[in-house]
Amino acid sequence: MRKVFQLAGQAFAYTLFALAVGYFATRPAYTYHDPDTALIKLSFSHAGQRKGECRQLTPEELAALAPNMRKPLDCPRERLPLVVELLLDGEILFKGELPPSGLAGDGTSTAYEKFPVEPGRHRLTARLRDSARTDGFDYEGETDVTLEPLQVFVVDFKATKGGFIFL
Amino acid sequence: MSGLRRIARAGFETVDDWFSAAFGPAWNPMYNLGALGWFFYWITIVSGVYLFIFFDTGITQAYESLEYITNVQWYAAGVMRSLHRYASDALIIVMMLHLVREYVMDRLRGARWFSWVTGVPLLWLVFACGISGYWLVWDKLAQYIAIASTEWLDALGIFGEPIARNFLNPEALSGRFFTLMVFIHIAVPLIMLLVMWIHIQRQTNARSNPPKGLAVGTLGMLLVLSFVEPAVSQAPADLGKVPAVVNLDWFYLPAYPLLDRFSGGTLWAVFGGATLLLFLLPWLPPGRPEAAAIVNLNNCNGCGRCAADCPYTAITMEPRSDGASFSQEAVVKDELCVSCGICTGSCPTATPFRRTTELIPGIDLPGLVIRELREKTLAAAEGLSGDARVVVFGCGYGPGLKTLEESGVATLELPCIGMLPPSFLDFVISKKYADGVLLAGCAEGDCHFRLGIEWTEQRLAGARDPYLRKRVPRERIRECWAGVSGSRRLRKELAAFRADLKDLGPLDRSRPLSGTHKVSAEVESNA
Repeated sequence: MRKVFQLAGQAFAYTLFALAVGYFATRPAYTYHDPDTALIKLSFSHAGQRKGECRQLTPEELAALAPNMRKPLDCPRERLPLVVELLLDGEILFKGELPPSGLAGDGTSTAYEKFPVEPGRHRLTARLRDSARTDGFDYEGETDVTLEPLQVFVVDFKATKGGFIFL
Repeated sequence: MSGLRRIARAGFETVDDWFSAAFGPAWNPMYNLGALGWFFYWITIVSGVYLFIFFDTGITQAYESLEYITNVQWYAAGVMRSLHRYASDALIIVMMLHLVREYVMDRLRGARWFSWVTGVPLLWLVFACGISGYWLVWDKLAQYIAIASTEWLDALGIFGEPIARNFLNPEALSGRFFTLMVFIHIAVPLIMLLVMWIHIQRQTNARSNPPKGLAVGTLGMLLVLSFVEPAVSQAPADLGKVPAVVNLDWFYLPAYPLLDRFSGGTLWAVFGGATLLLFLLPWLPPGRPEAAAIVNLNNCNGCGRCAADCPYTAITMEPRSDGASFSQEAVVKDELCVSCGICTGSCPTATPFRRTTELIPGIDLPGLVIRELREKTLAAAEGLSGDARVVVFGCGYGPGLKTLEESGVATLELPCIGMLPPSFLDFVISKKYADGVLLAGCAEGDCHFRLGIEWTEQRLAGARDPYLRKRVPRERIRECWAGVSGSRRLRKELAAFRADLKDLGPLDRSRPLSGTHKVSAEVESNA
C-alpha cells in the first residue's frame, strides 16, 4: 500500500513539475506594444563637424615633424554635438542634443529613439544641425506617411545620401 | 543562523520531507538538484546536436528549417526540439532552487566558497545560452528578443554605433549578426561544461548524475510533456512590424518586461550588483570561522581513512616527513577544510577506550578534540539515572537537542555526526554509561557536510572503516535523521527508543559480553 502511495506521490510531483514547465515556457503572453498603434523609430549615426577650425601648418612646423607624420592640416579632435528635431504633424516628438561618442568626444553622435503613434496619415518633419551655427538647421527632411497599426516606420540619416531617409 | 534563514530552512525541509515520502531519501529531487542540473544539461546538448543536423543557419532559412523540424519530422526532430526547450527550462528551475537552497542551508562559507563562486558565472552562461537559442528561431519572439537585447546592450555605452540598428528594418538585417548568435549558442554551452566541471572539483564523490530511477522518471516526464505540448515557433519575424504580443519563456526572459519599466542602465546596475553580492556572500557576516583539522603525526599511521572520508578533498596522503616507519602521513589543506570532523570519526586511533596514553588521535578537530568529546560524554553520562538511560549524539545542523533533556537523557552536540567514531557507541553501551545511544542529525540524504550520515551508517553496518564492533547490540542504537525542523519527530523517536530499552532491560540481561570481551573490559577498567 505504501508503495502505491509513493508512486502516486511521484506521479503527482512529476505532473506538477511538467505543468509548471509547460505553462511558463510560453504563458502568459506579454504585450510589449499596444497592437492599435504604430511605431516610429528615429535612428542614425552621424559625426558632427569639428569643434574648431583646422589650421594650416607652417613649412617650419611641417619640417619639425617626422616625414610620415607631415599632414598639412592640424585639426582638433573634438566634434560638435548634433541638434535634432522630429515633428509629427507639427508637434514635437523629439528634440535633443546628441553628444559625440568617445572619451575625447571625437566619435559619431548616435540616435536610437522609439515613438508609438496613432495609425493613419501623418506629416513627419526631421531636422538636424551638425555645424557651429546657433540657429536653424543644416538638414531638413519631410514626408507624408500613412501608418498601419504595428507598422515600424524608420527615420534614418545619411549625409552621403543627402540627409534624412524615411523607410 | 538568522531567524529568516531558519524559517526558510524549515520550509525547505518540510518540502524535502514531502519529496522523501514520495521518492525516498535517495531519489529525493531536492537532494539531487545539482545532479539534475547536469542531467538537464546533457539532455539539452544531445537534443541540440540532433537539431543542428536539420537546422539551417541562414537568417531567412532558419524559420523554415524549424517548421520542417516541428511539423514534418515531428516524431523525432520535433520531439528533440521540445526536449531541448523543456530540459533547458527545467535546468533554470533546478539551478535557481540549488542556489537558494545552498544559501539557506548556509553551505557556502569557508572552504565551500569555491563551489559557490564558480557557480555564479554559470547563471549568466545559462541565460546567455537560452536567450541566444530563442534568437535562432527567428520568429516574433526572436525578433522581440533581438531588439530588446541589443537595446539593452546599447545601454552599456560600449558600442560606437547602436547595435540595435541591425534590427531597424528588413533591409538592415545582416546574416553576420545571426551567425554570431549561432556561434554563441554553440560556444557558451561548451564554456558552461568547463565551468560546471570546475564547480565540482573540490568535492569528493560529487554527484553529477541523478539516481537512475529519478533520471528515468524525469526523462519520461519531459517526453510526455514534449508529446502533449510540443514546442512550436511563433509567427515568423518581420522587422517591418512590431511584435506586439509575444509568448515569453518566463524562465529565461523574465527580465525583458522590466526593460519597459526601467532603463537598461538601471537593470545592468541591478544585475551587476546582484552578481557582485552573490560573489561576496561566502565572506559576508555572520561568518563562523572554525579551525581546520590538525594531524598528530605521533599517532598517525598513514592508513588513509581520513583522506578517503573527507567530503571536500582537504586531506591528502603524502610521504612521511617524521622518519616513522609508516610510508605515508595525512596532510590537511587548511583552505579546503570545513571543520566537520568527519576525518576524526574515521581515525582508528580516536577511541575513547584508550587509557594508557593521553587520548590524542592521529587527526583531531581543534574546536572539539576527541579527548574533550570523551570527557563530555563521561560527564553527560554521569548525570544519567533511572531506566532506559540514553545518550544522544547530534549534529549542529539537525534538530535542536536542548528540548530533549530530561531525566535519563543526556545530549552531546558535534559539528557533524560523521565526527563520532563508532568506538564511542561501544564505549557508552559496553561500559554501561547508558542503556542506549541515539544518533540524530540532518535529514537523510541531505547531510550538511555531504557524507556524514552516509559514512556513519556504513561504519555502523560494518561496511566502512572503522567498523562498530560486532559485540555492540544494535537494538541499543537508534538513528533519527530528522533535519533542523524535525524536533517533534526526534522526541517521538526518543520516547519510542526508551520504551524499547525498558523492555530490553539492562545490558547484562539482554546480551552479556563474551568471555574475551569481559576480560578485556575488566583489564581496561582496572587500568
